[in-house]
Amino acid sequence: MKGVKQSHAEWPERESWLPLLELSVREVYERMLGCQVEPGIITDTQPALDCIALVGLTGTLRGVLSLRCSSASAILMASKMLELSAGDADPQMGDAIGEICNMIAGNFKSRIPELSDRCMLSVPTVIAGEDYTCHSLADGGSIDTAFLLEGSPVTVTLQVHS
Amino acid sequence: MTWHEEYVCSGQGEDKPMKVKALIVDDSSVMRKIVERSLRQAGIDLSEVVEAGNGVEALSALRLAAVDLILCAINMPVMDGLEFVRQAAKLENVKGVPIIMITTEGSESYVAQALTSGARGYIRKPFTADQVKENVMPLLAGK
Repeated sequence: MKGVKQSHAEWPERESWLPLLELSVREVYERMLGCQVEPGIITDTQPALDCIALVGLTGTLRGVLSLRCSSASAILMASKMLELSAGDADPQMGDAIGEICNMIAGNFKSRIPELSDRCMLSVPTVIAGEDYTCHSLADGGSIDTAFLLEGSPVTVTLQVHS
Repeated sequence: MTWHEEYVCSGQGEDKPMKVKALIVDDSSVMRKIVERSLRQAGIDLSEVVEAGNGVEALSALRLAAVDLILCAINMPVMDGLEFVRQAAKLENVKGVPIIMITTEGSESYVAQALTSGARGYIRKPFTADQVKENVMPLLAGK
């Protein structure tokens, strides 16, 4: 996917994690939403990413995996997951992006043998609204990927504690 | 005889699959709906679907009525799926009922704990209807 930013030069062994994270994103969207995601980048002209789902990781790998998107994208995801109209899917959007984030995190860690058995996931947390700042104490760098879902931007970021 | 033929025949000799009453346990209502849809897409004729948001709710539901199939998440608040399986195994009307774990926690230790406690299989999220079919049908046929 284009629009990928890596900031973990201090962990050369984790260079291979980015394609695994992208693969997990693709697999979750294909299997659970029945759609393909496209490579994408975030620009200033795109709508605010006012929904964020967070899943904590603890154990061998400690950090946070987050998924950010606009509320319109969150509704679209819920609509695709549940095969409902956008109006009917609206109340489920938080639950839907929380589950998607959880599945991406689980799928990602299952691809790395040393994480699979020794890294646990938290129950997802979802925040919606524009007037917030998300500040993670993770200080070990991050792996970022961005993609488009029917033209709308979505980002997935893994922030890691050192 | 294939597993599907066995499943059809288990419907009391009729030329159609047996009706299945399923209990779906997950703290996410979205996931419960997706699991139900996947069961239907897998060709399972659901007579009724009972939903529970955690292990405690699921045990309460099972004390009220028996089911034919249980699909249960592992990571849930209040009572997780592993504890639910342990406690459900003590209920008389759960004996012989296949319990299948649905989880993002695909680690060997979680799966081993679930299987030791009484689960008969597991499905890792994200899943397709075909994967649900592959995992559920043989267990229903052998029930």
